[in-house]
Amino acid sequence: MSTDPLLRIRDLRVSYPAAGGMAEVVHGVDLDLAPGERVALVGESGSGKSVTARAVLRLDPDARLSGGIELEGVDLLGLPQRRMREIRGGRVGLVFQDPLASLNPVMTIGRQVMQPLVIRGVSRRVARRRAIELLERLGVRDAEHRVDDYPHQFSGGMRQRVVIAIAVIAEPALLIADEPTTALDVRVQARVLELLHELAAERGMSILLITHDLGIVAGFAERAVVMRHGRAVETGTVDQIYNAPRHDYTRALLAAVPRIGGDVTRPLAVIGAAGNAPEEEES
Amino acid sequence: MSEPLLQVRDLVKTFGGRRVLGGVSFDVAPGEVLGLVGESGSGKSTTARCVTRLTRPDSGRVLLGGRDVLTAGRRELRALRADMQMVFQDPYSSLNPRMTVAELVGEPLLVHGLEPDRRRRRERAAELLETVGMSAGHLDRHPRSFSGGQRQRISIARALAVEPRLLICDEPVSSLDVSVQAQVLNLLRDLRERLGLSILFIAHDLAVVYYLCDRVAVMLDGELAEIGTREQIYGEPSHPYTRSLLDAVPVPDPALAKRRHTTA
Repeated sequence: MSTDPLLRIRDLRVSYPAAGGMAEVVHGVDLDLAPGERVALVGESGSGKSVTARAVLRLDPDARLSGGIELEGVDLLGLPQRRMREIRGGRVGLVFQDPLASLNPVMTIGRQVMQPLVIRGVSRRVARRRAIELLERLGVRDAEHRVDDYPHQFSGGMRQRVVIAIAVIAEPALLIADEPTTALDVRVQARVLELLHELAAERGMSILLITHDLGIVAGFAERAVVMRHGRAVETGTVDQIYNAPRHDYTRALLAAVPRIGGDVTRPLAVIGAAGNAPEEEES
Repeated sequence: MSEPLLQVRDLVKTFGGRRVLGGVSFDVAPGEVLGLVGESGSGKSTTARCVTRLTRPDSGRVLLGGRDVLTAGRRELRALRADMQMVFQDPYSSLNPRMTVAELVGEPLLVHGLEPDRRRRRERAAELLETVGMSAGHLDRHPRSFSGGQRQRISIARALAVEPRLLICDEPVSSLDVSVQAQVLNLLRDLRERLGLSILFIAHDLAVVYYLCDRVAVMLDGELAEIGTREQIYGEPSHPYTRSLLDAVPVPDPALAKRRHTTA
């Protein structure tokens, strides 16, 4: 790559306290994300994709992290908590699956969207105006008045737009989106993904998308990292991964997805069928 | 066409002044898999609950094998329910955590008075586990020690215990990983072939429905926007809503996804 990566992860290992010591759940992941690039971490439950993404922002106080995580050249693992808090919601925005859990039910939408600006010293008047502009950009109709509403007065899709607004209002260089559309209906999902795509293009923002959905990855990301059991089994452009997967697991995963127009006369491919132990116990 | 196994006519249901079903009608033929798709709030699950009388519709008719489900007396309803078993989305909350697999799978046999003998129930449970691709060695374990896919198999084994003719599955694979989802879909497909089961398959995932269902009903705001064969619904949808749903389905193919972006 010619430009310096925005995010550079090297040999990331993540462990959690478990009975009898620490249990390692991510076993040495490498990842580069260029400025403006959209990369997906894709995998099934227990693959470590969310843990990896959360580690970037050191969101789990219980987790023990080792390896290297650099954002714009700054080593995040060595940063004091105070600086880390500035980065969260500042240089790096975050969107999670469940918009209800991310929003404060007793605070108006406007206040929540303004907050990242206000705590960074922007005046309330300016912050409010920017919140309204951004919500309008994200397709919230009549944003001028709706900023005074509360989360329960918004539909699921509209709430997720609010969460995105909170994540990007401080103009982060990187947006980490963990299953951002999993709880949404298919048409709303398509619109939200389109909006994220447009925002990334308009602002030169990078996106790290965490998802289990191979369909979403194909349409959204430029590159993908396929994870399994805490390891990155394959990294490549989406064209390479979907058209010429190198790893058996990637191939099996793609073959297990039902497709519209696909062969309905044969059973779907089952991962690990030969070993007769397709399912592993989830923790 | 043979006599339908399930006939649903003009189901209407209102909750607190809101009409959630506005006259839903469809048939399911013996051995047929009918998909019921739609977005959240479209009335899919309410339809399933009305068909099994877990919820009472305001009006309408439901006939199973020619017998009226909605007017059936207590005893007849029990017999009818043995003939149509439900499988739910969440295999975590639909299984009693204190029961063993043998008890869970054997319970419907006891409830419906089909097998009072404990030892024979256990034998039958072992057979049923085998039917869904699990070993009888699991009989004395509790649900928590199984993965999501295995729990869903246990739910299916439990539903099959009373030898129903109709399985009503409400989002049975939507909380499962892709690889586990494939196993459960293969199992349902296989059961339909081996046992001649009819399935009413409720799902929001249009690719899953494409794979499993012979015919598809598309629900919108408590009504059927359209109903047709797989080929009709996916190939030549007649309702604009169906088209908009199909256009929004993410496709696991980068070239196709790009083409769609540029033409949208």
